[in-house]
Amino acid sequence: MTDAIIQLQGVDKFFGNFQALRDINLEVQKGEKIVVCGPSGSGKSTMIRCINRLEEHSAGKIIVDGHELTDEVKDIDAVRREVGMVFQSFNLFPHRTIIDNLMLAPRLVRKTSKAEAREHAMRLLERVRIPEQADKYPVQLSGGQQQRVAIARALCMNPEIMLFDEPTSALDPEMINEVLEVMTDLAHEGMTMICVTHEMGFARSVADRVVFMDQGEIVEMNPPAEFFDNPKNDRTKLFLSQIIQH
Amino acid sequence: MSIDIALTLESIPKMLMGIGVTFQLLFITLGLGTALAIVLLLMRISGRWYLSVPSMVYIYVFRGTPILVQVFIIYHGLPGLEFVRESIFWPILRDPFGCAVVALTLNTGAYVSEILRGGVLGVERGLLEAGSALGLSVRQRFIYITTPIAVRLATPAYSNDVISLMKSTALVSTITVVDMTGIARTIVAETYAPYEIFLSLAIVYLIITWGIQKSFGAFERRMSRHVKQETAA
Repeated sequence: MTDAIIQLQGVDKFFGNFQALRDINLEVQKGEKIVVCGPSGSGKSTMIRCINRLEEHSAGKIIVDGHELTDEVKDIDAVRREVGMVFQSFNLFPHRTIIDNLMLAPRLVRKTSKAEAREHAMRLLERVRIPEQADKYPVQLSGGQQQRVAIARALCMNPEIMLFDEPTSALDPEMINEVLEVMTDLAHEGMTMICVTHEMGFARSVADRVVFMDQGEIVEMNPPAEFFDNPKNDRTKLFLSQIIQH
Repeated sequence: MSIDIALTLESIPKMLMGIGVTFQLLFITLGLGTALAIVLLLMRISGRWYLSVPSMVYIYVFRGTPILVQVFIIYHGLPGLEFVRESIFWPILRDPFGCAVVALTLNTGAYVSEILRGGVLGVERGLLEAGSALGLSVRQRFIYITTPIAVRLATPAYSNDVISLMKSTALVSTITVVDMTGIARTIVAETYAPYEIFLSLAIVYLIITWGIQKSFGAFERRMSRHVKQETAA
């Protein structure tokens, strides 16, 4: 076998009669950065949401850091502790301050002491460059700041893997870079990352491999240079021509 | 028809002697009714049919019948049943005030339960997903994410229900409980001056309603302080 930290083998996913994922096979090595792109409805989000069991796959096998995802709650919890996730719509807890957003899960799930959780949270807020916002509520922050908080919140659990589900799609253009910079820092620190994004500049500079999905399938998967400069599949070519022409 | 000011001024203090009963009914039934509502809500959202179906039936029955009829059933109807007279609840059900508390609690529990459910359904799904992704258990998500947000969402409707419950307490005068309305009816029977007496009574209820609205207004402002764009930061 391999020493991949994430393995998807023949994964199918149905929503009722609609097949969202078809025979997905993907192995991600520790420290690898994967960018997933494709038209909307192609199954990108569904695929990464299966990795931390926000969606239940219908068939096939998903193994994350040695834990196979089944109905076993123990394994699901173990995987979720290893995997951090950042959402398109931030999903910060609106009724808690920034620092409380960061401290909640370590306190409840890891039973970290309050002082330790606070210290760790402050270190992470510094890392995403907004320690001064610690005592504000999410709504008082800009979108870019909120997304950086969301990244810090996920990092609070010391995950081995980070999943990003279109992290910049809900942002105003001038805020995209501050988020991508934080993500790039993370990548350079060796985090294993799977990012669903259409930021092709980010994909080129950070990704080890780019995965193109369409209609629930992985159509093409290659290192960025190969992927962008020499796409093989017609659907990939069409997609790239649509997003890069501007 | 002229208003007898002297009679009005004289009758208000008398009616206020019943305000204690009105408030007791309000606070006791609100406390018990809200507790009942939480139980009904947890049953309803448990995802287990043998809990959710009884909860739905209960809510349907108590929202689907007039509260006055419920009061009558409990006060006039239940004592006719022998097993009720022999049960441990008889000391409560023998007493008109006890019957009033039981009837209002059972009724308000059904309404408040639906109000709370509205709050729970209003919590954005993404927030619960974020909780899941962070490894929080179902229970932790319910306590730390759903509950605080649902309470905030449900507060305006809940305050309406508190006002409605306060007004419903007047119905207990029909089963011999001496609340403000009960006293007013006695005074009317003695003075034949329904206009002055009931008008004064209405004003007293209005003032109580105003107090409830003000209290909830303050509570809502406190609960939603994080929604304001720029507070004193």
